[in-house]
Amino acid sequence: MVETSDIRVVRCGGSKVNLTPPIISSDSRFVLCTSGDLVKVYSTRTEEWLHSLQGHTNQVTGITLNPANHLQVYSCSVDGTVKLWDFIDGILIKVQLVSGLCVSACPECFQLVSVHLPKSAEQEVEAKEMSAVSSHISKNPSCTAFGRGVRVHFFFFLVFSLKATDKKGAKNAFTCIACHPTDDCIATGHEDGKIRLWRNFIHKKEYTYSTQHWHHNAVNTLCFTPEGTHLLSGGIESVLVQWQYGADNRKEFLPRLGGSILHISASSDGQLFCTSHSDNKITVIESSFKVCGVIQGLVKGDAVLTDLMIDPRSKALVLNGKPGHLQFYSLLRDKHLYNLDIVQQEYIYEAGLDQFEVVKAAFDIKGSWLATVEERGKKSSDLEFFLKLWAFDERTQSFVLNTTITAAHTDRIISMCFSSSEETTMLVTAAEDSQFKAWCQGADDQNFWSCDFVGSYHKLNPTNCSFSADSSLLAVSFQEVITIWSPDTWEMLTTLCQPPGVIRDLCFGRLSCSKYLLGTTTKNLLCCWNLLTCELEWSTSVDVSKLQPDPFSENVAAFSYQSKHTDLFVFKPSEPRPLFTNKNVCSEKVHRAVFVPREEPLNSCDESTQWLNRSQLYFLTQNMDLLTFSTATEEDRMLSSSKQLVIDDSVAVTPFYLLLGKHRQQQQKLNTQSHPVSDKPQQTQGSLLHTPAHVLPAASVLCSMFVNSFLISNTGVQQDPLSPLRVKTLVNFPKLMKYELLYL
Amino acid sequence: MQLFSSLWLWKLSCKGIIRTTTGQRHLKHTHTCFRKPQHKHLQRDQLQNSEDYWERRRRTIGLKEWDHARLSDPDWVCAGSAGLDAVGIWFRECTHDREEGTQSEDLRSAMGEFKVHRVRFFDYMPSGIRALAFNQDTERMAVARMDGSVEVFHCSDRFFQEKIIPGREQCGIEGLSWVGERLFSAGLNGGITEYDLTNQKVKYTIDAYGGPIWTITGNQQGTHLAVGCEDGTVKLFEVNEDQIQFERNLDRQKSRIISLSWHPSGSKIAAGMMDMIQVFNVETGHSIHRMLADRGAGTSRSKECVVWSVVYLSDGTIITGDSVGMVKLWDDQTGTLIKSHNVTKCDVLALSVSQNEDSLVAGTSEGIVVQFQFVSMVLEKDDKEWVRTRTFRNHTHDIRAVAEITTAVVSGGMDAQLVVRPLLDKIEVRSAASALRKIHFPHRRLVSCARKSGLMLFQYPGHLELWRLGESEGKGTPGSSLFVKRNPEKLLQLKVKGEDHIRCSAVSPCGGWIVYSTASTLRLYRLHCDNNNISITKISKLPKVLSSANQLCFSSDSSHLFSASAQSSVHIASLSQSGCKFVGTLKPKSGSHQAIHLLAASEDGKWLASANSDHEVHIYNLQTQKAHCTVPVYSSAVTAMGIHPATNCLFMMHADQQMFEYSIEQKQYTDWSRTVQRKGLHRFWVERDTPCLNVMFNPQNPSHVILHDMYMLCIIDQSLPLPDDKTQFYNQLTLKSLTEEQRKSQSHAFKVCKTFKDILCVELMPDQSLVVVERPLEDIATQLPAPIKQKKFAT
Repeated sequence: MVETSDIRVVRCGGSKVNLTPPIISSDSRFVLCTSGDLVKVYSTRTEEWLHSLQGHTNQVTGITLNPANHLQVYSCSVDGTVKLWDFIDGILIKVQLVSGLCVSACPECFQLVSVHLPKSAEQEVEAKEMSAVSSHISKNPSCTAFGRGVRVHFFFFLVFSLKATDKKGAKNAFTCIACHPTDDCIATGHEDGKIRLWRNFIHKKEYTYSTQHWHHNAVNTLCFTPEGTHLLSGGIESVLVQWQYGADNRKEFLPRLGGSILHISASSDGQLFCTSHSDNKITVIESSFKVCGVIQGLVKGDAVLTDLMIDPRSKALVLNGKPGHLQFYSLLRDKHLYNLDIVQQEYIYEAGLDQFEVVKAAFDIKGSWLATVEERGKKSSDLEFFLKLWAFDERTQSFVLNTTITAAHTDRIISMCFSSSEETTMLVTAAEDSQFKAWCQGADDQNFWSCDFVGSYHKLNPTNCSFSADSSLLAVSFQEVITIWSPDTWEMLTTLCQPPGVIRDLCFGRLSCSKYLLGTTTKNLLCCWNLLTCELEWSTSVDVSKLQPDPFSENVAAFSYQSKHTDLFVFKPSEPRPLFTNKNVCSEKVHRAVFVPREEPLNSCDESTQWLNRSQLYFLTQNMDLLTFSTATEEDRMLSSSKQLVIDDSVAVTPFYLLLGKHRQQQQKLNTQSHPVSDKPQQTQGSLLHTPAHVLPAASVLCSMFVNSFLISNTGVQQDPLSPLRVKTLVNFPKLMKYELLYL
Repeated sequence: MQLFSSLWLWKLSCKGIIRTTTGQRHLKHTHTCFRKPQHKHLQRDQLQNSEDYWERRRRTIGLKEWDHARLSDPDWVCAGSAGLDAVGIWFRECTHDREEGTQSEDLRSAMGEFKVHRVRFFDYMPSGIRALAFNQDTERMAVARMDGSVEVFHCSDRFFQEKIIPGREQCGIEGLSWVGERLFSAGLNGGITEYDLTNQKVKYTIDAYGGPIWTITGNQQGTHLAVGCEDGTVKLFEVNEDQIQFERNLDRQKSRIISLSWHPSGSKIAAGMMDMIQVFNVETGHSIHRMLADRGAGTSRSKECVVWSVVYLSDGTIITGDSVGMVKLWDDQTGTLIKSHNVTKCDVLALSVSQNEDSLVAGTSEGIVVQFQFVSMVLEKDDKEWVRTRTFRNHTHDIRAVAEITTAVVSGGMDAQLVVRPLLDKIEVRSAASALRKIHFPHRRLVSCARKSGLMLFQYPGHLELWRLGESEGKGTPGSSLFVKRNPEKLLQLKVKGEDHIRCSAVSPCGGWIVYSTASTLRLYRLHCDNNNISITKISKLPKVLSSANQLCFSSDSSHLFSASAQSSVHIASLSQSGCKFVGTLKPKSGSHQAIHLLAASEDGKWLASANSDHEVHIYNLQTQKAHCTVPVYSSAVTAMGIHPATNCLFMMHADQQMFEYSIEQKQYTDWSRTVQRKGLHRFWVERDTPCLNVMFNPQNPSHVILHDMYMLCIIDQSLPLPDDKTQFYNQLTLKSLTEEQRKSQSHAFKVCKTFKDILCVELMPDQSLVVVERPLEDIATQLPAPIKQKKFAT
């Protein structure tokens, strides 16, 4: 099949928002951050994602406000362009092509934009890394500083370099740098957690510095407040430290912010700070050191150890989140829903500690049970792990711990799956102690889980287990051998063997293809057995790294990695030729993928895009990028819907605003129908909402007027059907409507 | 009445006193006669002070414990000993704490094999540093220690300890001040002392009649001294030609004056007191401003804030360091606080400003020195600010004194080491002279050795100890320990009569005579050593000229005693069974009258060499008792010298690590010495930072000269070629791996042994064994009082 151009790989929601420091607009109403190919605009007050600046075709590596016009923002991207946007309306103003130089400075703005024109595919990766070099730049045009490795160059009127002295054992390599906005003072952060303030560096020899030490690990970022009265620093401790400039040992702390702090930025009026964290989060902090907003992206740790899963109830994507947690992420709304604490232990933010991590998780078919495995001691010999089973509680709408099994196996659990039947739920775990165990919920009075059956085969280590679609068969692979068991009688029905190669992945076909069993081996073989005849139906030589069946169709997606890029094949087990192939999906290996059911199915008739009709394929690369496939028709629909949004300049676009605005439009229609006098209460309401509380007259005076404004005059007009809805919104948004609720 | 008052207070302050009830009882018992009604309120006052304050005082005075201090106070111990010098004669068999005392080891190098006595039973304890005073013009640093001794270091001559004025019992010096080239000190005994630096002794002491003195400072004009007293007065003394004269008091305050600083113009004085700072007009004597220092927050609110140190700058800024841990800047025009820096949680004890007032250092009781610099905040603008910059952590205990000299920060404190931390931005060329330097031990010899009888004499401030070396048997491989056959034993402990500390001491080579001198007396003893019976007799009738000595030395046959005294002269006394007889005086033909700090007699009894603080070396012919010649004066001080037994050449080591060999008979430098000067010494040799303290010669091998400093022992083979800068200096390991032939081409004159550390003395015995007296710094650290407890991360 020919690769069709109308399906393309896109970075979907959940891209990193912490790649570059976020910026706050000069009126402190918006936070802008880079997120994959987009620049996202959030409201600082409601934490809501307002819109995004779309146009770059590759990773955006840096943004900065236009110093000439504070309503415009520059962005630069790996695609080699620097673009100028109006970020309130989301309009692209200008595109500049930067070419040739490795590092070039944008002439209008004082940020070093590191752009690398790729000559080959590998260099693109390098360019991404280099983009992190660009750093905090002083507004003073005569002073520019950037840190690189162990040397810091100060470009002032004269250029000289300070070398980090490598004394024995002292780790004082520079990690970050910030310039004081008014004074000739440069702050540098060091690998051993020290912060040095350099002064007098214009004289070659008489430079002097003072040292402060609070961080116990490397200082990740430094930022001066716009007035220069304070210095903010952050590191792996996830504590924001505010040093008073001048009185150096007076400092304030804001602890427990989540992941380690990667960037700090301050708004130009100094009222708000933004920290971006390694767990893909942006925290908005008031200058009084109170957290006032959290913008959470898809949490990406160092590695996703669990599979990508779909919660059958909420249809949310489930994977490793914060350390020791599972996160639930809505792909449709591109929003983090919640974290489920699995480990239930305090996580210590320090490098090199061996702490519990969730390594396996599985949902049953209805989503009422969740099984998790957490372990620690991967590096050392004493492995510790727990198998936990969680029941969904209808009342609290979350998972509650039901059973903890401390010694489920004597060695590490390799694979785990729930039976797919609706009636009885059964969990099968396969571990390196050459056993697999089936776990069932006990009899009626016991609602905890216990072991039902222990199976083994020639003392071989199991590698995989899988239930067939109707749960009548269980396939467990032991090294090179696949054994088929009947879960009802625990009888081994047959063994399938296709040497050479250890079985790597195993899955049953679905629907019409449920008689097929697919397996991949380490010797780059994809095999398909017919379970009715117990014969090998077909096999092909392809290095499959991930095999993912679609639960709503017969389709199976296989990712194969060869010669530095990954290919995707979508096929039906019954048909020998693939439905769809896509060469060079990405350059890294793919280990995690999942089919996500669509809310409303597409009705594309094109053969190549048909497999995307009912569900969408998401996959995670080794670089922790969540990618998906989108069709042309889908994109068209998206684009048209986004254009419908008409945005008022004066108000941040919140759902509340949209509701209110809709209502206003409707009422305006009503008003034009009736008499123009009824505009008056509308004005009252507006002025109440927009006037600060302390300049308003007494509540008693306003109360009746305000209540009146909600009442619809009886003069011949029908009851407004929207008024109960409005009350509902009032309750839903207490933050904005606090005063009004009191008056009511 | 006034006399009693000051005495009583002095007892109070020196011993710290009356904190515990036992201490009080003790005082009652011994000093009932002093308890006058007028002191009662004072005593009550003192008692009302919180315990913490006295704890702080105890630390600053340097006592381990109050009770311990009382017991170790020689005053109480001496009470019953009826003026006997020898308090006890000790026979030590084998005590456990001395077990490691003598370890015999073989030191086999390419130069031969030595048996080594590793001596670690010299419990020398350096005394804590209390005050520093830097003289910009002469580049001399004066250091006052807790035991009352005053030392003078030459800053541009590698910090060589030029002069030592030994202390006295119970003279706690609190302040030091230079006035021109004259040095003054004041202390808790209420007296102001001027020192005779030429003869290295106290010139005179006068009482200020204001109770204990906490601080002394001279103005820049050199006309007046101001002292701050316990009774709340600032007393002005006029500095005259030969004496100082009380002029007047400034307005009396209610609380004691802790610190003082003159405005450079000499018209105003800032005084730090309890809880406040006063600025006085010197003309009128009235207070201009009264600035209140804040007390600490929370529980320390009830504690008084002690303004430990104050600095008055020429632009009218007053900088104070206090017990709350703040360094505060005040404006003397308005009397208001400009800025305050919180430096530490404990006390800021000392402040010092650089000559051009652009840098300030503060020493804290955590052992940290913090630097502040007067830096312009924006380029090419004049609005300068004091900002805290560097932090130096070289001390473990309280820093009692800091001084910023031209190119370095000098600090000293309770841990008894003087630290010279160079400021690299002020140094043009980095060299050995500008490296970080820690001075632990005096640059004088405290050990003398009776070579022929195997006795060692250890000099402590208040007593002498005589030990007999142990013996070993068997042979071992190089580097191994030998079996100790006989343990070393302490034969004698000789306590000094009177309050003065020992200035110098010596034991004769035969072991039959012991001599020591304090500032006021010289005592000579005859030692009878008959198996296990040891007795000493004091030689009662000494010649009058032998009243006091700067340096003492016996002739090699123990028949004569040489005593260096005033005017750079040396007195000779002959010793015999009957007693001591004055023979004659050796006087230099011309030159300075500085005190002699080194004496060296030749083996054949014919020559005597003396070195004084003006770097002069005079050689005398002992047979004619006339001056023979003077060695050409070199710019650096002589730190050690010796006369070669065979060739009668004088070998001299200088503070800048240069070495000279001077032939006495030919009155000129030897060829070898000229070669050394022409070729220059190896970089590594010149960069060492402690001076050589002893020069010895190996009779078995006349070309060998043995030297040692604090960190190493070195044998110089004059027959081998000198190393140049390209050759490997420490080449023993390399030589070991080479064959005999190659070794010859590779070896050079310097053989350095770094097996021993913290060496106080090395002596070569006639049986080819070496005595190495070590005093490990860790042992000293364990005997220091506990430092302030500091929270350390992850503990």
